[in-house]
Amino acid sequence: MNLTLKIWRQKDAQSKGKMVDYKVTEISEHMSFLEMMDVLNEQLINSGEEPVAFDHDCREGICGMCSMFINGEAHGPDRGVTTCQLHMRMFKDGDTITIEPFRAKAFPVLKDLVVDRGAFDRIQHAGGYISVNTSGNTQDANAIPISKHAADEAMDAATCIGCGACVASCKNSSAMLFVGAKVSQYALLPQGQVEAVDRVKNMVAQMDLEGFGNCTNTGACEVECPKGISLENIARMNREFLAANIKG
Amino acid sequence: MSGFFKSSIGRKYAMALSALFLMFFLLQHFAINVLSVFSPNAFNEASHFMGTFWAVQYLLQPILIFGVMYHFIMGFILEFKNRQARVVKYAKNNGAANSSWMSRNMIYSGLAILGFLVLHFIDFWLPEINTKYIQGDMSGLLADGEGFRYYEELTHKFVNPIRVGAYVLAFVFLSLHLMHGFSSAFQSSGVSSMRKQKLQAFGKAYAIIIPLGFIFIALFHHFNH
Repeated sequence: MNLTLKIWRQKDAQSKGKMVDYKVTEISEHMSFLEMMDVLNEQLINSGEEPVAFDHDCREGICGMCSMFINGEAHGPDRGVTTCQLHMRMFKDGDTITIEPFRAKAFPVLKDLVVDRGAFDRIQHAGGYISVNTSGNTQDANAIPISKHAADEAMDAATCIGCGACVASCKNSSAMLFVGAKVSQYALLPQGQVEAVDRVKNMVAQMDLEGFGNCTNTGACEVECPKGISLENIARMNREFLAANIKG
Repeated sequence: MSGFFKSSIGRKYAMALSALFLMFFLLQHFAINVLSVFSPNAFNEASHFMGTFWAVQYLLQPILIFGVMYHFIMGFILEFKNRQARVVKYAKNNGAANSSWMSRNMIYSGLAILGFLVLHFIDFWLPEINTKYIQGDMSGLLADGEGFRYYEELTHKFVNPIRVGAYVLAFVFLSLHLMHGFSSAFQSSGVSSMRKQKLQAFGKAYAIIIPLGFIFIALFHHFNH
């Protein structure tokens, strides 16, 4: 298929960017979106132009590195997939595809479609962990009784790959689905109870500090999340945050 | 708890609590107004009680005014902050693919409701305050002293078709606001999805029935005056 691509080009973090039109031809419907971008870049390199910079790593939908906003949706029009798992069969011959970086003040554009998602790392550093004694007398995690329901819910929350689609999709650039998932995966398990109060308070404080917007419960994040992280995680984080503040 | 209401989640709780309070007030307001359709006497009695009982006037009314003001002011502050969180807008943003129109436009439906409240205050609240607290007439009686004035004042307001049209339009916006606002308030309060699913059906019914009821009352008095 032959396509017209409207792509955000930005030299570096300081420069002003703009949308630039490109044509790509003979794109197979079996290609992934990133493979189509590879074809474009090969074309650009051959003609002596600067290739389009974009994030990618595993290309298996696991790492959460790819981050494009395609035709007005994070990771494009397909559901439950990252950009690397989006296939060209979702588009038609002659289509015009708009490709932009994830937009948020807390995710500054570094170059073209690459954004700095370090804010997520700093939120994780603020409390997204448990402290475990590893001096040789570590308790076997399997010896701790955990209900199947809690284990399943914690695992569902832990599938968040931190890609940032929630922030990109939210009209307010809110990070509450991400933070809610990270708070939940520990709040649901006994190992997470010791640091529960500090965790939620510190992670929410860091989230606010990074300049993310406030959640208004549109639910866009849940729909666009490639891992199907539920809004229930935000409700749980809200409960955890209230309980933590009451405890002091 | 000092930093709680300064945090993004604390503000969500505060918005949700003020919304729940306002939704309860709306239900009570509707319950009294609908009496005007079935029994002018009952409407007069209820209005006089609400307008003169000390706890309603000096306790609940200030809380209501605070709740309304807080909800609007905080709504605008949050909208302003949220807009700051995305400096460069998307060239193409397909919001309809992942969220409802109501959820994305709460600020506009809220602004329409604010406009209506200004009209409503000019129509009812300010004259009421003037009669009771400036002129000092707490009797609730008509000028000729023959019965209560409340029903007469209500029906008189709905003679003008432009005002009735404005009220109908405002209640449509109120319905759109409540369509998202009801479930959003429970989500913000941390209510789990299991309980929320049951509340959602109730919320949708509330968001349709209450504004529709107010529209019915306005039209009823307009066509029966």
